[in-house]
Amino acid sequence: MISEESKARFAKEVAKYPPDQKQSAVMACLAIVQQEAGFVSTESEELVAGYLGMAPMAVHEVTTFYNMYNQQPVGKYKLNVCTNLPCQLRDGGRALEHLENKLGVSMGETTPDGMFTLQQCECLGACADSPVLLVNDRTMCSFMTNDKLDQLVDGLRTAGDKE
Amino acid sequence: MMVDKMLAQFQATGVQTCFHDRHISPQILADLNGTNWHLADYVARGGYVALRKVLGKDGGEGLAPDKVTATVKESALRGRGGAGFPTGLKWSFMPRQYAGQKYLVCNSDEGEPGTCKDRDILQFNPHIVIEGMIIAAYAMGISVGYNYIHGEIFKSYDRFEEALEEARAAGLLGNNILGGDFHFQLHAAHGFGAYICGEETALLESLEGKKGQPRYKPPFPASFGLYGKPTTINNTETFAAVPWILRNGGQAYVECGKPNNGGTKIYSVSGDVELPGNYEVPMGTPFAKLLEIAGGVRKGRQLKAVIPGGSSSPVLPADIMMDCTMDYDSIAKAGSMLGSGALIVMDDSRCMVKSLQRLSYFYMHESCGQCTPCREGTGWMWRIVDRIENGHGRPTDIDLLNSVSDDIQGRTICALGDAAAMPVRAMIKHFRHEFEYHVEHKTCMVPAYA
Repeated sequence: MISEESKARFAKEVAKYPPDQKQSAVMACLAIVQQEAGFVSTESEELVAGYLGMAPMAVHEVTTFYNMYNQQPVGKYKLNVCTNLPCQLRDGGRALEHLENKLGVSMGETTPDGMFTLQQCECLGACADSPVLLVNDRTMCSFMTNDKLDQLVDGLRTAGDKE
Repeated sequence: MMVDKMLAQFQATGVQTCFHDRHISPQILADLNGTNWHLADYVARGGYVALRKVLGKDGGEGLAPDKVTATVKESALRGRGGAGFPTGLKWSFMPRQYAGQKYLVCNSDEGEPGTCKDRDILQFNPHIVIEGMIIAAYAMGISVGYNYIHGEIFKSYDRFEEALEEARAAGLLGNNILGGDFHFQLHAAHGFGAYICGEETALLESLEGKKGQPRYKPPFPASFGLYGKPTTINNTETFAAVPWILRNGGQAYVECGKPNNGGTKIYSVSGDVELPGNYEVPMGTPFAKLLEIAGGVRKGRQLKAVIPGGSSSPVLPADIMMDCTMDYDSIAKAGSMLGSGALIVMDDSRCMVKSLQRLSYFYMHESCGQCTPCREGTGWMWRIVDRIENGHGRPTDIDLLNSVSDDIQGRTICALGDAAAMPVRAMIKHFRHEFEYHVEHKTCMVPAYA
């Protein structure tokens, strides 16, 4: 199911493109689906395909090509830590390792309570802010020392428990 | 809500990277503080004066479209995305008499490792990009434009959308701009994690709602671009340079920089410096000066090497780099590329094998898979560098790496293959002894790496 709110957001994206080029909105629509459902399921792809007049396989090609679409369910909070060279030079790898220890999972895994998914990622485009990580695709956290990483994880855990 | 509030404390404020007093004669990043990104603030800084002048809304006669392009040609503005192609010349490739729809696209898919300048421009001075795009659209007779923004910098995308709303409400975008007969619709689109979409034809594919796999060129976008229509694509910083040029003249812009390398340039300095950040300085500024304003090498260590133009540009050893000035011609003469102007600085505690291992992994991960030499070759390169780094290198591996690079470079549809091969060749050319040491001793000769 796609909520009415998401459908209104779809319409806003589709309106940006020529009437015969609705497919252009697929990237944005899938990102909206992911924000609402946490990941892009086959069922969601079919709904988006129907909405935009695309073949479901064409939507699936987009989901699988771009790194940020979750093809499976992830934790409540997805943490993507950049470890590319500029970040490697400024403790990006150390930040990932610290989170692995703190959360008790290896990169690519989700904590047993379903709260966190930890991933290594490629350049976030914030190289001067290293160590950097992205929370749930939309919020970039910068200059993440070990202390700040602890505060972030503890803060998300507290907030996540309450919601 | 509570989560958003909690997360807010970790978000970059721009203070470290952008709002410092270490720029030199800045044009794009001047007088920004993080809150003054709104239309009224931009206007107070002289924003949209150039547009009014061009459209004849300042009491003057206005400027004919070909005069606008001529001014940009005169300015020696070169594309800030990486290729350094003369902007005015690119604009002149657009078919003037074409009767159908034409498109203008801004490439804000900033994913070249080391580069973080467009993020700050979009977040803290979005109207300068909008004004630059309106002027460009007028010069080329284009009525629809898109700004394609890196998916990872979603806050910048949201900010740009807000700025677009402000511009529309003020009659600066849409039909009959400033009450005249020029129409231009501008929209924002976002990526979602694909380095390759920084390549202009991959970006167009993505904007059409497809996998971002590059197209053959020719045909070039000027004849077959978005939806098969004539399209001009420029980088964010390129558009951001345009208002100043139209306000002050092409010659004045050249004089800010050096001949053939007009204006100022924003350099993203990352890695082993005390003050990583974005620095807007005149073209032709000595590298030594740029290093100095970035606080010098971290912890007082010695400079070892610099990747001067984003991860795809060939690395240069310290002695060569210290003799360079920061402009397209000087860096090219030294054997590398100014690229996106992203300097990755490495001190003498750094192992070049380990550095290359990470870069090679990146190119393998981001190869779109369309061309065999790149899809397979980037994997080969990573596996070879990885085994050298991990003490399993073979004496023949270094020549094998060069050979694989040869088999990729120049044999692919787009430049990602070249971008993957060039760092390998340059690392081996300048630091071969480190690779040989790794192979022979199964360990690193720079043990301080951490």
